[in-house]
Amino acid sequence: MNRVFLKNRAAIPFDDLPSISYEAVGDIVAGSPFGGMRLVTLFGVPEERDVVRLVALFADDAQGTLAVTGVRTSRGATLPSLTPKMPVFHLFERQAREEFGILFDGHPWPKPVRYPHDAHTPRRIEECYPYFSMEGDETHEVAVGPVHAGVIEPGHFRFLCDGERVDHLEIQLGYQHRGVEKLFREGPLALKSALAESVSGDAAVAHATAHAGIVETLGDTVIPDRAALLRAIGLELERAGVHLGDLSALCNDIGYLPGTQMFAVMRTEIINTSLALCGCRFGRGLITPGGVNYDIDDRKKDRIARTVIRVRDNAGLLAAAVFDDQSVLARFEKTGTVDTATARAIGLVGPAGRASGLSCDIRLTHPTDAYARHRFAKRPLRNGDGRVAVSGDVYARAFIRHQEIQDSLRYVLELIGHLAAAKDGIAVSVAAPRPGMIAFSITEGWRGETLHAAVTDDDGATRRYHVKDASFHNWFGLALAVRDNGVSDFPLCNKSFNLSYCGFDL
Amino acid sequence: MVFRLLRARWRHGWQAVPDPVTAQVDPMFRGFPEIAKEGTLSTETIAACPGAALSVNPVAIDLGKCHLCGSCARAVNSPIRLTNRHHLGQTRRDALVVTAETTFEEYHARAEKGRDEIRRLFGRSLKLRSVSAAGCNACEMELNATTNANFDMLRYGIDIVASPRHADAVIVTGPVSANMADALEDTWNATPAPKLLILMGACAISGGLFAASPALDRRFFNDHTPDIYIPGCPPHPLTVVNAILHYLGRGL
Repeated sequence: MNRVFLKNRAAIPFDDLPSISYEAVGDIVAGSPFGGMRLVTLFGVPEERDVVRLVALFADDAQGTLAVTGVRTSRGATLPSLTPKMPVFHLFERQAREEFGILFDGHPWPKPVRYPHDAHTPRRIEECYPYFSMEGDETHEVAVGPVHAGVIEPGHFRFLCDGERVDHLEIQLGYQHRGVEKLFREGPLALKSALAESVSGDAAVAHATAHAGIVETLGDTVIPDRAALLRAIGLELERAGVHLGDLSALCNDIGYLPGTQMFAVMRTEIINTSLALCGCRFGRGLITPGGVNYDIDDRKKDRIARTVIRVRDNAGLLAAAVFDDQSVLARFEKTGTVDTATARAIGLVGPAGRASGLSCDIRLTHPTDAYARHRFAKRPLRNGDGRVAVSGDVYARAFIRHQEIQDSLRYVLELIGHLAAAKDGIAVSVAAPRPGMIAFSITEGWRGETLHAAVTDDDGATRRYHVKDASFHNWFGLALAVRDNGVSDFPLCNKSFNLSYCGFDL
Repeated sequence: MVFRLLRARWRHGWQAVPDPVTAQVDPMFRGFPEIAKEGTLSTETIAACPGAALSVNPVAIDLGKCHLCGSCARAVNSPIRLTNRHHLGQTRRDALVVTAETTFEEYHARAEKGRDEIRRLFGRSLKLRSVSAAGCNACEMELNATTNANFDMLRYGIDIVASPRHADAVIVTGPVSANMADALEDTWNATPAPKLLILMGACAISGGLFAASPALDRRFFNDHTPDIYIPGCPPHPLTVVNAILHYLGRGL
């Protein structure tokens, strides 16, 4: 047995993890999606002395199953790099090298990931790694950040350009590193909802749901139906709100000001609905392990439904105008393309992956809570020429936002309809975490797959907590998307992904 | 095509908040805490506070650490109630502590106005440079929202600019990670004097949830004293606008 099969939101005794060779981990992934399984995460769990257990989680999206396995190695050990054959491993191997000093023989790009304070060999970010450089008559470099011109998070971008054309973009993050995984280990895990919400503030509900899923899995607790409905309402409002904001920002980056202003106002309406639901425009405070903190009465239910219907119709009308406009299409189409094979190879997730033709959506493939109990269906909207947009360019990533706004708001209305029949309370108490377990919880946030994992010790305390935000893989997708595009199209490509710096830096 | 756009514009209507100074927020909003004179906090409630903002004897909340998550107010028999009062800005760190004696009016009166020179120079034109120093992007989104069609802070001559060279104030979000410490210092030094230092959000004010993390480096604040503190997690855009307006002598 080289792996243990399990479902989303499941735990197994840590000692039941198989122990296989690192090459065998590659064999499980090889051939994905035709036979092989998709690599979801790979992280190290430090054990006694210098021993490190690498834990790998895989997904079979067609079957709706996950599988987990382990590799016993040690700090400073050398393993054969799987990256040259399977690029999806490249960041995980860099991460393991940075955290535990494990060397990966043959890794083409062993640069640091986030310069954490507790790295195996701590280094200052200012004296960081030599960047790629390029020489030639027409070549030049553009360095941007960490402090950007807009109000956004810090990160460093180094463009290697040939004239106006971007040859390569090297992205260096780590400026946001706050030691999140370490803070999750201190004190009772059930009290870490606020911390989960701060992993990435724009995906607060997604991260809080993933965290609550871990606590409930370790405590063997099932939440009430009403709580599940309210959670999904929070998640879908978050998704619709961010997507509306991103459509606004995309319109802004091409100078299409009606879209900028009107989508932004619709976003305000949606996030103010989250405020009416739980007291925060970003859904903070809604999710708690065991359920939710806030219920909605009939009056509020009607108010939310009215807003959702109005925004759904107005967003549909405006999107129809935007996506029919030649001046918009001229900027969106064939800009920042990531083809399907590349997207699969680097493991893109979420709307960015779906825009490149991958069928990755945890709500459909590994559903939990309301998504498992109340059917969630997508109605693919056809674009102008009757096809579903999977071209992997800015157009596809923008158009899929429009599709998902419609899907999410429709689902919110369905969920509100189910509330009347769900009278089983909004929260239950959660038992203490079972000792000696490893648990996984994946939620489809608006940005994509949001994974939390925890390992408990013999007393049930948290001895390792691991977070993988959707941004982890998708940043590299952005770097590939801007290749062969003009430097001035970078903001457009960047907004079409809208990735989290802090979700990556942890 | 153009008719669809016009129809969308027609339905869009008039969206600006008419007067951000007097505007109210939703009753669900978790804002200024009222503490009852009777009653005490259980040890569980104190342990559950993510920012360690609560103290007993007397019961007090430090809004510089508080995330307004509401966990203390939801506890059984809690003496704490969170109102939807959102004018929370302060000018002194110690003024952010609220006890049972603190009424909202008294709290609001603690906030000082900037000195005459500042009000003369910046009263009708204040340009902000934002530095996200390990912010979780919620504060950043709310700061961006202050300039959108709803809140439209630009109507007061307050705007966000791209370079510290063009700025009159640096507004910091996030707990300041060690990896951002130099960049924050550089940005501050690149901003011409006279300049204001504004802290937005519990993380910037106190380190917030991350106060105990060894990944932070907050030595910047040993040398520089903030002018305006804007509590919240994240602060509401109206809290931000009003904190700045009050300092400029143009608020309530």
